Amino acid sequence: MLRLSKVNKYYQVGTHSLHVLRDVDFEVSDGEFVAIMGASGSGKSTLLNILGILDDYDSGEYCLGETKISNLSESKAASYRNRFIGFVFQSFNLLPFKTALENVALPLYYQGITRRKRNQIAAQYLDRVGLRDWADHLPSEMSGGQKQRVAIARALIAKPRLILADEPTGALDSETSKQIMDLLSEIHQTGITVLVVTHDPEVAARTQRTIRLRDGKVVGAHEASASHPGMAAMPAAVP
Amino acid sequence: MFSLDRWLEVFDTIRRNKLRTALTAISVAWGIFVLVFLLGLGRGLDNGLRANFARDATNGVWINANKTSVAHGGYDVGRRITFENVDYERAKKVEGIEYISAQHFVGGNRWGASMMTKYGAKANTFELAAVYADSLRLQAHEMTQGRFLSPADIAQTRKSAVIGQTVAKFLFEQASPIGEWITIGSTAFQVVGVFTDPGGAEEERRIYIPVSTAQLAFNGGEKLGQIQMTVGQAGPAETQAIIDVIVGQLAERHNFDPTDPQAVRVHNNIEQFERFKKLFWMISTFVIVIGLGTLAAGVVGVSNIMMIAVKERTKEIGVRKALGATPWSIVFMITQEAVFLTGVAGLLGLSAGVAVLGLLGKLDNDFIVNPNIDLSMGVGAAVFLVLAGALAGYFPARAAARVNPIHALRDQ
Repeated sequence: MLRLSKVNKYYQVGTHSLHVLRDVDFEVSDGEFVAIMGASGSGKSTLLNILGILDDYDSGEYCLGETKISNLSESKAASYRNRFIGFVFQSFNLLPFKTALENVALPLYYQGITRRKRNQIAAQYLDRVGLRDWADHLPSEMSGGQKQRVAIARALIAKPRLILADEPTGALDSETSKQIMDLLSEIHQTGITVLVVTHDPEVAARTQRTIRLRDGKVVGAHEASASHPGMAAMPAAVP
Repeated sequence: MFSLDRWLEVFDTIRRNKLRTALTAISVAWGIFVLVFLLGLGRGLDNGLRANFARDATNGVWINANKTSVAHGGYDVGRRITFENVDYERAKKVEGIEYISAQHFVGGNRWGASMMTKYGAKANTFELAAVYADSLRLQAHEMTQGRFLSPADIAQTRKSAVIGQTVAKFLFEQASPIGEWITIGSTAFQVVGVFTDPGGAEEERRIYIPVSTAQLAFNGGEKLGQIQMTVGQAGPAETQAIIDVIVGQLAERHNFDPTDPQAVRVHNNIEQFERFKKLFWMISTFVIVIGLGTLAAGVVGVSNIMMIAVKERTKEIGVRKALGATPWSIVFMITQEAVFLTGVAGLLGLSAGVAVLGLLGKLDNDFIVNPNIDLSMGVGAAVFLVLAGALAGYFPARAAARVNPIHALRDQ
């Protein structure tokens, strides 16, 4: 699914260069459910930016599917983000002035699909996350868990092969967190590759495998998640 | 290029930000309103100027005999100059003159003689002007009945009289004055015409009689007090040249220094008109500069507000980019919004400006006549607005397109 080899990233801070990612090397197979863990400042958001084609890297190689991601034009990058990757954020990032349905439909807007068609599709996806009756509500009228479900429906609507979730349960209580993780597991079981960035060991434990970052370096990359011994053996489905 | 969806996105944003939209719209509408109003006002002032000058020939020149102020040819200062019929005949031959007349001041009264005029039992004093036939061309008079004085009236010293409307109303009331005999002083004159003047009743209190008849009847010899002429299409410089020739002739015959500023007094409508035109041109230019400045401030205001809007929408733009919005789609979204806002607000301002100009035009005012802007100006303003809107939107839009999604999304 994706492969990073010797990826380095520097940030220029004043006259100093900050080495944020150091020779990051790992691979995620199709249909895997992987957690990326690390303390804040360990470089995990930078890594997520690079994985999501929201940021460039300075050296090394990043391949998404069969495509080498480097020096893409902005519109090319936008198109890949739109068709290959679904994002789920800690703070949901729904557009506050759009209804749940319109929020879910937004990625299809950027594919040039007609309003009627995309609202139809969006309704199906809302149904899948159990929010069919909330289609016409604004985000401000929904609970955190509901908002995150809407965000997940939005991430799924363009039929991406990869879901990147950045602390998806960071703003939720433990019960809701569990439900959201259940949802992500379900998605994984449909064959979509899911990557979760988290600092919560309980979240990481729900995945098949954890990649740990410390000071921009990968440590113990191939450690299987203890509480899900059976999962690693599951065959990877290609959507 | 047209996409209903894109417009719906724009309307969505506008609806959601009523205050911001209103502020932006007001600043643009105000700018355009001021520009249109000032442009129209400038036009109105210009029209007013022309209308004012239309009362008398705008290309008229009046030369009055006066007193010398420079000793010349053995004569002391303070000598009174009087023109004579010969001066008129000589001036008539000068190249460039279109119409020429001269006036004899009856009784030597330089401010127009007031003469007791009688018809039957009615009597009043009216202004008497003894002139040549071309005199009509120097005034804005219009004949309502009969005719003006003819060259034959002058040549044959006929006792013809042309009277103003006020005179006709006073002496004859409803009856037709043509062919009737009136007594001016103690001489009888036959009315041959009645005139009206846009200047109103005061201008119509006048009676014209042939210069030759006046000189005979009122013991005027061959004296003339004023030579009057028009110079056709001549500009200020050419007009001055014609004046110089005539003053030169007069100076030669009457022995005064041609550079003497007092011996003859020249009143030149052209110079006056050109001076006013220049003044009004400066006012108009000033007004346009202020208008454009106001509009520019409005456009900068829009740009500013859009810039703030982009800041405020950083998160939204970040989300859109993460979901697959291309930089161009972001630029389009912001620019389209700005163009739409400036366009609609501009048209409102334009309409308001035209409406206020219409009201202003209804006021009865001598200085501002028919203030308006023409179609090309309106179209120009509309095109300008769209361009200004695009410009006002483009720079903030470019800033928006550069938003880094992750920074935007991390920004709580």
